[in-house]
Amino acid sequence: MKRFVYADNAATTPVSQTVLNAMLPYYTEKYGNPSSLYAIGREAKKALEEARANVANHLGALPNEIFFTSGGSEADNWAIKGIAHELAKKGKKHIITSKFEHHAVLHTTEALEKEGFEVTYLEVYENGIVKPEDVEKAIREDTALVTIMYANNEIGTIQPISEIGAICKKHGVLFHTDAVQAVGNIRINVKDENIDLLSLSGHKLHAPKGVGALYVRRGIRLPNLISGGAQERGKRAGTENVAGIVALSVAMDEAYANLEERNERLIRMRDRLIEGASKIERSRLNGDPVKRLPGNFNMCFEGIEGESLLLKLDFAGISASSGSACTSGSLDPSHVLLAIGLPHEIAHGSLRISFSDQNSEEDVDYILEVLPGIVSYLRDISPLWDEIMNQNK
Amino acid sequence: MAYSERVMDHFANPRNVGELAEANGIGEVGNSKCGDIMRMYIKVEDNVITDVTFKTFGCGAAIATSSMATELIKGKTIDEALKLTNAAVMEALDGLPPVKVHCSVLAEQAIKAAVADYYTRQGIDPTPIVGKIEDCDHHDHCGCGEH
Ligand SMILES: Cc1ncc(COP(=O)(O)O)c(C=O)c1O
Ligand code: FES
Ligand SMILES: [Zn+2]
Ligand SMILES: [Zn+2]
Repeated sequence: MKRFVYADNAATTPVSQTVLNAMLPYYTEKYGNPSSLYAIGREAKKALEEARANVANHLGALPNEIFFTSGGSEADNWAIKGIAHELAKKGKKHIITSKFEHHAVLHTTEALEKEGFEVTYLEVYENGIVKPEDVEKAIREDTALVTIMYANNEIGTIQPISEIGAICKKHGVLFHTDAVQAVGNIRINVKDENIDLLSLSGHKLHAPKGVGALYVRRGIRLPNLISGGAQERGKRAGTENVAGIVALSVAMDEAYANLEERNERLIRMRDRLIEGASKIERSRLNGDPVKRLPGNFNMCFEGIEGESLLLKLDFAGISASSGSACTSGSLDPSHVLLAIGLPHEIAHGSLRISFSDQNSEEDVDYILEVLPGIVSYLRDISPLWDEIMNQNK
Repeated sequence: MAYSERVMDHFANPRNVGELAEANGIGEVGNSKCGDIMRMYIKVEDNVITDVTFKTFGCGAAIATSSMATELIKGKTIDEALKLTNAAVMEALDGLPPVKVHCSVLAEQAIKAAVADYYTRQGIDPTPIVGKIEDCDHHDHCGCGEH
């Protein structure tokens, strides 16, 4: 029987009922401007600062190390451009990152390259994991910043963040991590893991779109992002998105309240999906099978093209995603899949399914019921599949 | 990016899909590296394309343009078929998103390739009649430009 399965939680998540209930009053009753002195202003200010302390607490940070932003992209841009420009004054114009960062990072480092910065893009190997020793080898006298994502948004692989953090600390290089996909799925302690800057985004963990945060370790000089009022200690002016910030804080509470139990369940679902889909001939799992986000499934099916697969899945009520060139708006397949060494033609046939706590075992059953038939239909009409079969004879 | 209803219809219910046993001309264009391959099968009798089918590896637009192109040339003379432009295929589909225009070019080229193969099989040099068949090279129309 047809069902609606939202299986693209790495793209965005629905706002949870608890989060929605917590944030709504800040639009209608508690709408004061946190900078105002009167009661409803103070009430908003209090909510804002409580949220800041709570977000900080979940990360093992201090409240004044948290700066709220409009989301992950802004946090990434601010951290990377800010540190680069600050340290360029001391002659440090080298940045280390990986080949498979989110575009919010890669397009930022590319912009910096045009300004004269030098950027090293580290390999991520077939399993989609950066080697800490590569980070160490790449560090130079003039390295300003290492920025490596906590978990990859397409293939879900989790990076050795605390090892990289320790190396950066040893060499006195600042370390930023884009933890947009990790926050709410993995317990993070910025102090233990020697993280100097960390980006996060609300809409990946059941808070609304357009709210996020940047953690900046105390003592790091980061240039102001937006000039104006004194909000965010003058670093990012603009009347705060109080409702969104409250939502982010509550969403983190929810995500971390039952993390282990939820992850156990998601891993079971994910692995069953991988096992089931692996029965489709000429399929392969992308990224490390174990060091990956609990809800992330990413596989390639040879001989078919991802966008067609997504459209067919959509007809069946399943929302998923692909790294296919055809879905990207550009005509090259996902840089992530190319970075893990997949040939173009195989990268085209990728499917990402990402679960959240709102998915169930019935969703897995349904996907496994529908997927093989769609793959085989698309292969039936694919001249590339004919070629693959002929070569194999 | 949104597809028109026509495109969705031809993607969901492609016309003339599959192999054609009696084909006397088969053309294939595109390459898997770039993302789309179209293979067109035609059966020509007395200069008329009496039957046509296709197989496509590609996006929704690639499948829909193949399907529409087969509809537009079925029953037509070779001359008429060769005059079919990608613009006509797009128009028949109520348009395509800009990044998908090349998929319609591929459909036009696939017809030419099939006709060329037909002539070759007849012992006729197709080049003066059909012209050059462009194999799709996405790298000049990749909109990204960043990497
Ligand atoms: C790893 C990663 N970084 C950054 C972002 C951008 O976050 P936002 O959409 O909040 O700007 C996303 C998601 O879109 C992401 O997955
Ligand atoms: S097949 Fe990739 S854009 Fe059409
Ligand atoms: Zn290409
Ligand atoms: Zn093309």
